[in-house]
Amino acid sequence: MKVPFNWLLEYVDINKDINEVAEKLTLTGSKVEEVIEKGKEIDRVVTGKIIKTEKHPNADKLTICQVDVKDEVLQIVTGADNIKEGDIVPVALHGSTLPGGVKIKKGKLRGAESNGMLCSEAELGLADEDSVHGIMILSEDTPIGVDIKEILGLNGGVIDFEITSNRADCFSIYGIARETAASFGCELKKLDLSFKENNENISDYLKVEVQTPLCRRYMAKMIKNIKIGPSPEWMQAKLQEAGVRPINNVVDITNYVMLELGQPLHAFDYNNIEGNKIIVKMASDEKFTTLDGVERQLDNSMIVISDAEKTVAVAGVMGGQNSEVTESTNTIVLESANFDGVTTRLSSKKLGLRTEASSRFEKDLDPNLVEIAVNRACHLFETLGVGEVVGGVIDIYSNKLEPHYVRVSPKWINDFLGTNINVEDMVKMLNRLEMEVEVKDELIIKVPTFRQDVKIKEDVAEEIARLYGYDIIPTQKIVGEAVEAEITKEQKMIETVKRTMVASSLYEALTYSFYSPKVFDKINISKDSELRNAINIANPLGEDFSIMRTTLIPSMLEAMQRNILRDNKEVGLFEIGKVYLNIGKDLPDERYKLCVAIAGDVDFYNLKGIIENLIEALSVDKAEFERETNNPIFHPGRCAKLLVRKKNAGVLGEVHPDVLENYDLETRVYIAEIDLPTLFEAAKLDKKYKPLPKYPAVLRDMALLVKDEVEVKKIEDIMLKQGKGIIEEIRLFDVYKGKQIPEGFKSVAYSIIYRAEDRTLTDEEINKVHNSIVKELEEKLDAKLR
Amino acid sequence: MREKLQQIQEEALIKIKECSTSQMLDEIRVKYLGKKGELTSILRGMGQLSPEERPIVGKIANEVRETIENAIEQAKYDIKQKEKNIRLSMETIDVTMPGKKNKLGGLHPLTKALDEIKEIFIGMGFSIAEGPEVELDYYNFEALNIPKNHPARDEQDTFYINQNVVLRTQTSPVQIRVMENKKPPIRIIAPGRVYRSDTADATHSPIFHQVEGLVIDKGITMASLKGTLDAFAKRMFGEKTRTKFRPHHFPFTEPSAEVDVSCFVCDGLGCRVCKGSGWIEILGCGMVHPDVLRAGGIDPEVYSGFAFGLGLERIVMIKYGIDDIRLFYENDVRFLKQF
Repeated sequence: MKVPFNWLLEYVDINKDINEVAEKLTLTGSKVEEVIEKGKEIDRVVTGKIIKTEKHPNADKLTICQVDVKDEVLQIVTGADNIKEGDIVPVALHGSTLPGGVKIKKGKLRGAESNGMLCSEAELGLADEDSVHGIMILSEDTPIGVDIKEILGLNGGVIDFEITSNRADCFSIYGIARETAASFGCELKKLDLSFKENNENISDYLKVEVQTPLCRRYMAKMIKNIKIGPSPEWMQAKLQEAGVRPINNVVDITNYVMLELGQPLHAFDYNNIEGNKIIVKMASDEKFTTLDGVERQLDNSMIVISDAEKTVAVAGVMGGQNSEVTESTNTIVLESANFDGVTTRLSSKKLGLRTEASSRFEKDLDPNLVEIAVNRACHLFETLGVGEVVGGVIDIYSNKLEPHYVRVSPKWINDFLGTNINVEDMVKMLNRLEMEVEVKDELIIKVPTFRQDVKIKEDVAEEIARLYGYDIIPTQKIVGEAVEAEITKEQKMIETVKRTMVASSLYEALTYSFYSPKVFDKINISKDSELRNAINIANPLGEDFSIMRTTLIPSMLEAMQRNILRDNKEVGLFEIGKVYLNIGKDLPDERYKLCVAIAGDVDFYNLKGIIENLIEALSVDKAEFERETNNPIFHPGRCAKLLVRKKNAGVLGEVHPDVLENYDLETRVYIAEIDLPTLFEAAKLDKKYKPLPKYPAVLRDMALLVKDEVEVKKIEDIMLKQGKGIIEEIRLFDVYKGKQIPEGFKSVAYSIIYRAEDRTLTDEEINKVHNSIVKELEEKLDAKLR
Repeated sequence: MREKLQQIQEEALIKIKECSTSQMLDEIRVKYLGKKGELTSILRGMGQLSPEERPIVGKIANEVRETIENAIEQAKYDIKQKEKNIRLSMETIDVTMPGKKNKLGGLHPLTKALDEIKEIFIGMGFSIAEGPEVELDYYNFEALNIPKNHPARDEQDTFYINQNVVLRTQTSPVQIRVMENKKPPIRIIAPGRVYRSDTADATHSPIFHQVEGLVIDKGITMASLKGTLDAFAKRMFGEKTRTKFRPHHFPFTEPSAEVDVSCFVCDGLGCRVCKGSGWIEILGCGMVHPDVLRAGGIDPEVYSGFAFGLGLERIVMIKYGIDDIRLFYENDVRFLKQF
């Protein structure tokens, strides 16, 4: 909310700079978004009277003006078409500065001398470029040759506040003034609410009926003999500084009071109120055209104001075109009312129409503010000579809101805050917030109705803390029982996974948790695949982000694609992220998966090596790789699944060329996706020391000729089985096809390392085992020793 | 005979000097000192000498042998040195050529920053808690004092799965889950992904990370909140860092505050990063609202606590001067390699 600083100073007597005030209010809880000092830059702009205009001889659209700025008459050329002789306008003199640091100098326009510039509201930084038309015309009685900042009150600058939802009372300049007074410990000036009214009675003109409890209070006053016209310049300038466009004196007064007090008011043209009657009720399903000329669909969740025949306003949101104040308006009904916050907010949301009024009502205003605001408006109508206030008032207010009480002991407050504030100081602070305090064993605090947010003792503690100063509250360590940080086994294992991945030259990726349902087609999986059973987002940011992922592979492929297409060809990424599996309960099963992808000068075995390292780093028990030919994401001949204790723990392989094509990839990509919970179940973090061997090892090589389709795992299984516990390690060191090897066969060469823990092995012992291995290989696999 | 010995010695020494390889020296050793060598054959003739002369000539002969042997050893050593020097000079390389490197990998910058934060809080006795990202409306809102139709729900644009299930908009629901499962004293941080339905642009992301903190015990005060976060800020951003606690409003804490730290780029003097103010907002915090404690099954008359939440992306962006939040999720290795 924009608060013009000079306007604020009308209610509090402080001799402080705008920035000091902004800083202080920030520290007492009114958050300042920005301090805007547009006027600060304006220099040498004065008021001037146009005494003569003539067409520019060389340009149709330009006018040459003679402008009296008191000390001299200047010739100035302008392109505006809204000026005439006698107008008083802002004149930027030669050498002047406008907001944004724009310098104005004299010069020639199409041959005609121009000694300055006539300014619009936009050029003075008062309004947006698109909302103004032509030069700003000041009122006839404006003195000439005077600094424009003085005339328009631009000296002060504006503070823009962020108003939190709990502080409806601060959504007004007077409310901010109250905070300012409380912060600086100075007095808040009373508003002049007095006015004269005629001796007629409003009840002779109007009846009001409230049919819904969602309207907590409805007050109406009437003003007659209205002379519609512009409001005074000081009021227009203040409205503009606060970001509200001046319209006419009636509307401007209602807006002025709304900004000042935070209570929205609405003026109806009395002549358009049929049946002399106003009814507040729930809407029916109907179409209604609001003031902005848009036809809107109403429904029975919204409160409306109607006359005897028709709807005239959506309560708390916007009035209707059918009862709008116009040039010819003579008599108005002035509405000051209180509507339920949630209802107003939902109506405004449904209608897609958030107004200055609705944004205040939705915070639930104080119904007692209604009366203050209507009186303030009447004061302005009367003193500004806009119209005559009709005697009497209509006020429908069945459940009067009274101040409430909160009790809290001063000791509790100090214990809670960690402070040592004495009782008198606490009372003073609360008094500054217009809270009366009775001091007994406890403080008994009478909370004014505009502070519905202060309900419990913690709320009081906050009020005291913020006026005392958050910065003065001491800083302490946490006292009490020492607590030991626990790191769970799973957290430790995830750290190990990350370390191992980084040590495998991979970079960590993070991808979105949601994607398009189309990715399942892109990765080639079948229509009935379990992976397609995803959690759907009801209101996604479009289809591309509409389901929670069930596998990390599509996101990873996208990351690989992005890198490879950007010429990062040698790329290795990993991600540890959750998948969200629909298990038919309220909440999905959220499981951590590890996804690894590599491309470039690598093959399947590089990927497998990474996973093998991981298995070793985690000391995973009983991990095996098995050929997988049926996973449509992968190359049928280059894919394996990882089994851990016979349970499926993941898959790794070369991505199927069809899938690569779907991702516009021409390079081979290798991907693994591992289910971490399954891996962790079989992992051991507590490593045990094994003594280094005491007895020597014996190394024997063995080269075998086997059929192509024999997997080395089968050979190794036989070796281990026949090894009788004296094989320490089997190393595959060569696989060879080609010369000297018959078609359909391969040569596989191993080093077998024999060692016993408790003795030196004899040749005889080793030979026996070694020979039995050879024999078994020959029998089972038809292998031949080379 | 003496002359003969002298002659052999002189001859040998000259030949030794002429040698250029250790092989040649070995030949000389054989020629003079070997079993059939010249010196040996002379010594064989010693028997013909008179007994008086024998020891004298024997002594001379031994001297000659020693002299030749020493000369050979010395020459061998010299040759070795020479050969070594030649090898060394031939082996000179261009040390300004690039080194041979193992390829490096690395953690994501968000992970790195989170690790730093975790380490600081673990050092203060905090444990790490986790909660679901697909969360019940109850935990994300209701239990946190944000009933249906509360205006705060509008401030956080929420993704819904259905009426009762949302993608969590904050890590705060973990507070309630921890309270339900653990008796005080509680000291946890809960990092994780959160979701808001904002279209991605340079400063918005529908997915980002928060780190939640929660402390509950007897006698926890606002002063302990300030002390803990001040200590955190100093360890995270440097010992000179100052903190500023500004009153604010959150439905689940009372009193509430936002915390600024003195700008770690300009030390609070004012720069582009802090937009001239000298301060950078890093987190929101407050004393846990009694309604929230009750929702977690904890008696607010016995226990009190504080909570805080910070946005990870924001801190990392400010720290490294990253101007587009989308970079974190694009995973371009040229970006990832920089951290």
